[in-house]
Amino acid sequence: MAKITLGIMDPPYESANTTTAFRLIDCALRKGHEVFVFCYEGATALGYSGQKKHANAVHGSSLEEEDHPNPKEWIAALFRLAGQRGVKLTWCNCGLCVDERGVENQVEGACRGSPVSAWNNFEDASGALLIGTN
Amino acid sequence: MAKYLCIVRSAYRATIEEQDDPALWFTHAMGSAGADVSVLLRGDAVSYATKGQDARGLQFGDCAVKGPDIPRDIRSMLDAKIAVYVTREDLSTRGIDEARLAIGIRAMNESAIGELVGGFDRILAF
Repeated sequence: MAKITLGIMDPPYESANTTTAFRLIDCALRKGHEVFVFCYEGATALGYSGQKKHANAVHGSSLEEEDHPNPKEWIAALFRLAGQRGVKLTWCNCGLCVDERGVENQVEGACRGSPVSAWNNFEDASGALLIGTN
Repeated sequence: MAKYLCIVRSAYRATIEEQDDPALWFTHAMGSAGADVSVLLRGDAVSYATKGQDARGLQFGDCAVKGPDIPRDIRSMLDAKIAVYVTREDLSTRGIDEARLAIGIRAMNESAIGELVGGFDRILAF
């Protein structure tokens, strides 16, 4: 199977790019491909473990009814999917970007790296895509 | 009390994660708190005013994503007496027939925007 490297930059709760990236990762894992994700800049907050659900008074919904999505849970779900499919998923955050934002407490499985990590994984990937921020 | 017009242009930016549009949510929160507020949907945001949207069915791994219910949010805003305007030119550019608009949406020509804006004290451009 192939190895796919995906770079993402947008922070959580800001861009439809996030949904696109997660859909691509989900599809690749379901097809049995190895996926290396490099989170740069704001995207390093996607896996921040301090994300919290909240109720929504405007929707008139309680905490349970709103069931507000947190991207950290999506990442955990992708790790579970990779485990079920027996394929490798790497979730690598730019370490300096993490430090800048104080989001060092991350979902289990996430690791620290640098643009060199991204470069190395662009090099040996069958396909690479960077979804930049605008 | 000042009259506010919220102009919303960007659409579906973070709706999956937020389960709504943050600009509409902000507007609705203001209105619910007693503000005199209306909203003008422009550009891609005119799609928010259409009936029959359904963002359900998305799933990442084993984590189902509920997604937004924009028609519900628009309906709630209208019920709260928040007027919702759209521009006909933005609809036609995107191939959206006015018949697809939710009941209560006010379609207007672009040439009338100046007059509309003149009726408000504060303009919040999202």
